[in-house]
Amino acid sequence: MASRAMRQPIGLKLSSAAFLTFWCLIAAFPIFWILAMSFKSPVDAFDANALNVIFGPETRAAGKGLSLLDLLAGLGVLWLAIRLGSKTLPEMVSSYAPAETQWMGWLIGAGAFVLGLVLVLFAFLPAVLGFLNPLVGALGRDIIGLTTEHYETVWIDRGFSNNFRNSLIVTAGVVTVSLTVGTLAGYGLARSGSNLAFWILIIALVFRALPHSVLVAGYLPVFISSAEWLSPILGENAPTLYGKPWAVIAVLVAINQPFTIWMLRSFFQSIPAELDEAARVDGCNHFQAFRRVIMPVMWPGVITTGLFSFLLAYNDFLVTSLLLDAQNQTMVPAIAGMFNRETTTTDQVVAVAAAVSITAPLFFLVMVFQRQIVSGLTAGAVKG
Amino acid sequence: MKFSTFAAFVGPSVFMMLLFIAFPLVSVFSQSFYVTQTIYETVTVETCTPGFLTQTCVTEQKPVPVLDEDGEIVTKTIFVGLQSYRNVLELDRAAAAIRAGSWSAFQAIDFWKALRFTLTFTLITLPLVIVMGLLIALVINNATKAIRGPVIFVSLLPFIITPVIGALSINWLFRGDGILTATLEWWLARDIAMFAQAWTIEILMMFYRVWHVAPFAAIVFYAGLQTVNQDSLESAIIDGASRWQRLRFIVVPHLMPLIIFVSMIHLMDSYRVFEEVIGFSSQGHVISLQWLTYDFLVPDEAGNRSISRASASAMLTMIGIVLLLIAPLRRTWRDHKGSH
Repeated sequence: MASRAMRQPIGLKLSSAAFLTFWCLIAAFPIFWILAMSFKSPVDAFDANALNVIFGPETRAAGKGLSLLDLLAGLGVLWLAIRLGSKTLPEMVSSYAPAETQWMGWLIGAGAFVLGLVLVLFAFLPAVLGFLNPLVGALGRDIIGLTTEHYETVWIDRGFSNNFRNSLIVTAGVVTVSLTVGTLAGYGLARSGSNLAFWILIIALVFRALPHSVLVAGYLPVFISSAEWLSPILGENAPTLYGKPWAVIAVLVAINQPFTIWMLRSFFQSIPAELDEAARVDGCNHFQAFRRVIMPVMWPGVITTGLFSFLLAYNDFLVTSLLLDAQNQTMVPAIAGMFNRETTTTDQVVAVAAAVSITAPLFFLVMVFQRQIVSGLTAGAVKG
Repeated sequence: MKFSTFAAFVGPSVFMMLLFIAFPLVSVFSQSFYVTQTIYETVTVETCTPGFLTQTCVTEQKPVPVLDEDGEIVTKTIFVGLQSYRNVLELDRAAAAIRAGSWSAFQAIDFWKALRFTLTFTLITLPLVIVMGLLIALVINNATKAIRGPVIFVSLLPFIITPVIGALSINWLFRGDGILTATLEWWLARDIAMFAQAWTIEILMMFYRVWHVAPFAAIVFYAGLQTVNQDSLESAIIDGASRWQRLRFIVVPHLMPLIIFVSMIHLMDSYRVFEEVIGFSSQGHVISLQWLTYDFLVPDEAGNRSISRASASAMLTMIGIVLLLIAPLRRTWRDHKGSH
């Protein structure tokens, strides 16, 4: 705003900036704090002194730490990686990959990039620095305690990779199915002004408000005894639905459906109806118009809705913890089990490491898809 | 669009919602009137332990589940009417507590304890979320363009984080001699145990919820702030309106539909408060309605789930949802009729 009347007094500007800083600090602090804790020995992680948690004297005393040289080298590699990722990688993808299979090029490029980064950070750098550190004297002495043992405990000893795989199956299933079913319904609802469409939307709104525990109370007895009542249809090998990831996928898709169709409907409504009318004049039927004309311009909306389906499936605790048994647990219920044990502080720090492992993918998700998430949050609201 | 085409588009989605939402709802409703029990029979068992010279034998009467010819445990389902509801509500105990005028005795009953917490939680966090969201939106809107992106990124973190993990991460800051408890102790110069009494846990839970939802409110309001009519702002300045008056009489009325939208979403979501109880492990002190249903569904030591009691408490939770939804549904219905 250029007009002079809108100019703010210095006091207001300062307090506004102060509040913004304060908010950012509150928003980020717990997350970065558990990140710091997860790399420290249990004594350091739960120390009352903040500096001890950051610098970790006990961890350092155990011989696990980073020297100034390590830090500099690590930061250098990260800076290079960011440069490479944001500049060179897109250029290489656009020059080497053919235009129509660009996404394939991105997939391969990103895979190679991550693999290279992991190799350099965890294999190449430690070897080189292990050799250099004793040679440079004071620069090579450890100043920050840092240990990855809790991550090893979580991922290797506690079998978290198993939970990770289950989470992957469930989220991938939920996103695919709910988008397929949801885009069809969202399109139908957006283009039909009938009373029936209105009632479906209203009932979906009511369903959205239901506590999930109410629904699970309905599923549990049916799922546990499903081998019995499915046997007349499926014969001998009727499955017990309880404990099956794909049964959970179906449940989560259904729970997610009301939200998905509302959101997709509002995205479809922002696409002018003239577009599919033009396609129909050219001889398409509704399905062809949907597939060839509408879907290509719908991708931003589909990606946004997919992100929110992903979040629902990934973050769910209630449904997965009640419908899956201990062997097939996804990550979030698994960590609650870890935490309830809480016998020693070591167990707690292991749980912290698991929590950071769960949060890391979400962090990258926000980094990549920030704009889509914001547009998704405002899509439902601004259009009513 | 013809009806058959419409049905083909909407069919799969409606089918899934009927099968996995409407049908379970009906079955929960009917379950709440029945109880499934294992049939026990009393058998005389003689247990002998080896002793010196002779065995020591004890005969006792033991209830044993009846098995059918396949070796499965026989159960029977009986109609009990409102008994499950009575078990959940414990009206006799509640009435006795009220007659004695004892609030603590009343709060010793799980359902009423959960109801009390769920309602206070919902009603206290609502204004906090709206005010925090509005403040954050205003200061983001006030900041220079260059830092808005990073600030929104940081603000999204609490919103996007897994609720259980978010609650845990705040829990860890306070647990035992956690960093923030230590700071508070140093500041107030007294010993503090955040997890020893209900009210401190409740404050932490509410803090977590505001931290988690305020970014959502802020981003919705921020989007709304972009469409405030600049002309009316300027004419307000010419009329001599102060900054506060401009906010009060132009910006907030412009945002009102969004404030109502965020309030509705927040009411629905915070009425379902559940993850906080898990993340703060507060079940000893503080429980919520949805946690109560969850707890009935989790198998006890003997491996039994009290399905009928869970159904009863689920149906009782539903009453609140229905009350919450009446207002927005009536408004949507009026809008719909108005548009035709």
